[in-house]
Amino acid sequence: MATTTSKSNASDPAHGGLSIALAGSGGSGVMTAGTLLLSAAAKAGAYGLMVRTSGPQIRGGEAAALLRIAREPVASLDDGFHLLLAFDWQNVHRFADEIPLTGTSLIVGDEGEGEAPAAFVATGARVAALPMKKMAKAIPGSWTNMVALGLAGTLAGLPREAIEAALRDSWKRDEASLAANLAAIDAGAKAAAGIGSIPKLPKLSPGDGRWLISGNEAAGLGAIRGGVRFVAAYPITPATELLEWMAPALAKVGGSLLQAEDELASINMIVGSSFAGVPSLTATAGPGLALMTEGIGLAVSAEVPLVVVDVMRGGPSTGIPAKSEQSDLSYAVSGLHGDAPRLVVAPTSIADCLATTQWAVHLAEALQAPAIVLSDQFMGQSRAIIDRPADLAFVGKRLVAEANAPDFKRYRDTPSGVSPMAVPGVPGTAYTADGLEKNEAGTPSSGARDHIVQLDKRARKLALHDYGDMWADIEGGGELAVLTFGSSTGPVREAIARAAANGVRAKLVAMRLIAPALPEKLDEALAGVKHVLVVEQNHGAQFYRYLRAWFDLPGRPESFHRPGPAAAQARRARRRDRRGGGPDFRRPRAPDRFRLKTR
Amino acid sequence: MNSTATALAAAERPAAACTPATFKSGTKPIWCPGCGDYSVLSSITKAFAMLALKPEETVVVSGIGCSSRIPAYTSCYGFHGVHGRALAAATGVKLARPELTVLVAGGDGDGYSIGGNHFLHACRRNVDMTYIVMDNHVYGMTKGQPSPTTEPDWDSKLAPGGTGVRAFHPLVIALASGANFVARAFAGDPNGTAEILAQAIRHPGFSFVEILSPCVTFRPEQREWKEAVHPASVTVTNDPARAARRVMTDDGFNIGALYAGDRTPFPLGPRRPPIPLTDLEAEFAP
Repeated sequence: MATTTSKSNASDPAHGGLSIALAGSGGSGVMTAGTLLLSAAAKAGAYGLMVRTSGPQIRGGEAAALLRIAREPVASLDDGFHLLLAFDWQNVHRFADEIPLTGTSLIVGDEGEGEAPAAFVATGARVAALPMKKMAKAIPGSWTNMVALGLAGTLAGLPREAIEAALRDSWKRDEASLAANLAAIDAGAKAAAGIGSIPKLPKLSPGDGRWLISGNEAAGLGAIRGGVRFVAAYPITPATELLEWMAPALAKVGGSLLQAEDELASINMIVGSSFAGVPSLTATAGPGLALMTEGIGLAVSAEVPLVVVDVMRGGPSTGIPAKSEQSDLSYAVSGLHGDAPRLVVAPTSIADCLATTQWAVHLAEALQAPAIVLSDQFMGQSRAIIDRPADLAFVGKRLVAEANAPDFKRYRDTPSGVSPMAVPGVPGTAYTADGLEKNEAGTPSSGARDHIVQLDKRARKLALHDYGDMWADIEGGGELAVLTFGSSTGPVREAIARAAANGVRAKLVAMRLIAPALPEKLDEALAGVKHVLVVEQNHGAQFYRYLRAWFDLPGRPESFHRPGPAAAQARRARRRDRRGGGPDFRRPRAPDRFRLKTR
Repeated sequence: MNSTATALAAAERPAAACTPATFKSGTKPIWCPGCGDYSVLSSITKAFAMLALKPEETVVVSGIGCSSRIPAYTSCYGFHGVHGRALAAATGVKLARPELTVLVAGGDGDGYSIGGNHFLHACRRNVDMTYIVMDNHVYGMTKGQPSPTTEPDWDSKLAPGGTGVRAFHPLVIALASGANFVARAFAGDPNGTAEILAQAIRHPGFSFVEILSPCVTFRPEQREWKEAVHPASVTVTNDPARAARRVMTDDGFNIGALYAGDRTPFPLGPRRPPIPLTDLEAEFAP
């Protein structure tokens, strides 16, 4: 194991933060304990992140809450974990790749649950055990996960008041039961003293205006801020929480959500509701997106605005439902039949799920086109402590035809490509929205000329729109640029920061607007750049290939692509330190790293 | 106020004389001579006029098939979507804009085969709209393939000698699934059909009207339907079991309203006044 000089490592939690993994079988309270630990950290003034990961059963299988808590905002998991605290070891070995440990890590299991799995012990980590179940049993009405919460929170250096406040905030049962579980927390806290130590968080002071939010919730809020008032959707992991957040929220703001019978219904329902004049959205994951494509094509052809949030998971087919991957990109940009221009946007962080979804509503409404938002399980189901995002002016506003508009033609060939859309209820502008090709008046037409006019119109309106600065997050400078999108942005940003600490400069270009492709914008962003590295989380280098097809990239662009479900970590997107000051959490998996090489 | 609300507020509505012609677009239908769908179109415009609807406040929604061309032949707002999804699109229209009158129209292939699942759930959901199926027991637009209501021994190129599969019973399915109004009509009786459609539109909740509409091109024997149909000899019931027993035991040519239920329709529109958007943020404070 290399010693380290890097700023982000186990012995310096003030920069890299503190990383804690809670694991056990599904239903054992792992996620609750993790959520409360993050909430306590927020109350104490920390920033942080909790990633959820579970086996394919979602409930009843193995589950883990992966936390990183720090003084500064956190956008990705660290290279490894200071603490692995397991409630039981049932199938927890399956997380060996997702919970990297080293010799400085601490493993704590339950005394009554057997030995820690070899895969974890082999890392050289210290191993300890505590009779957590027994301790909980000794306090009637208390739960094992509360003992674990007290232990982990105390090891992390979180004040007891913060832990208690987190529990009180979420408590829905009676006072006696609360008291029992507070006692369990205290029992866990007391046991922390003898079990071995991990780095503690520095002294923190609570900050104002922070939010504790998941990407799915942020996307839902962004949608409502953008003007969405109708949602039809079918439950699917990992998008369901977005819908569950939106259902009551929409009802509060005068909108509604309908659980449809399937994704074919969801998409066609929102084509209908948006045709009727109400900004509309659905959320799904890969299998649902596949079912929806015919309906999205209808929205392209009939020029009906709508937003589809695709919370990506491992694919193809049922794939890995509860774990993240960025592998729907190719499908989102090209998965419709015919020449079908559509908008594809990707949030660059959990917080940005709000802004990007709000922007997607704005774009869809302004351009009368479907917009696909590429979120993923990592962003959607992770919960983060963030600064309250700034308010954005993006509100959906569509160009609407006036009553009795003279010579009204729904699909008029205008210079911008956008033509006034008639709204049912308004007299004198009735038309039939159609998936058939049509002439400017909207009458079905199979003539070559009408087809070309309408194809041009639908492509032009997206190509000519001024997307402003929102098209990408661009940071830093240098001859090397790293191009990425979506949830890979966080790890890349951290990798660039670490490389900077070692004297290597690199520019970050995280593309929020994936389609339509804007080659001039990227040319401008890459002025002076000699080398390009493309980073993404999928097996087929989908983003790299998309960029190669649509953009002229300088030099010989390199691709770093790895499939899920291992969470994207800066370790994987970081310069290999040739001076020997290797990273603390280096694992014997060199192919997982790429080099920020300057040729 | 979003752009839709602004446009609606600004719209002036001159009072127009309401006749069946008010609801015709003037576009010449692309149907074979003798097709039952001409009469159905006429019945629809008659029913709209009887109810004194406004064309701009009426939306006709369809999927794909010969009969699904119908929206463009009316002067109403029309939605000609993809195959089988008319009921889904119409549900979206009605939930978004409860004040609009929504009529969904299509054929037996569109509604019972590719769109079968939506049929079940539209009946179940009981949203206030009317669904008419112009049933001719054949896929006409693709030139004569068997549909779910085709007789099992009907010979065709795609299924030589017949499918061997029993026909689907849409009325029983509708009753079992919870449709709130169920009727059978015949295209050859445009006035009677218009009466039934007006009843169906007026009835709260999801109304389903199966219209026997002959395809004289691929099922010329359906010309005989005009001899076979007869008014239902019973009065409308609100007991779905009774209605189901009747339609399962009749000859399939009983015409009239068969069932008018009293299920509460799907609730539409906001249930409480909206709160400011900033109030949604409170829950995110740590």
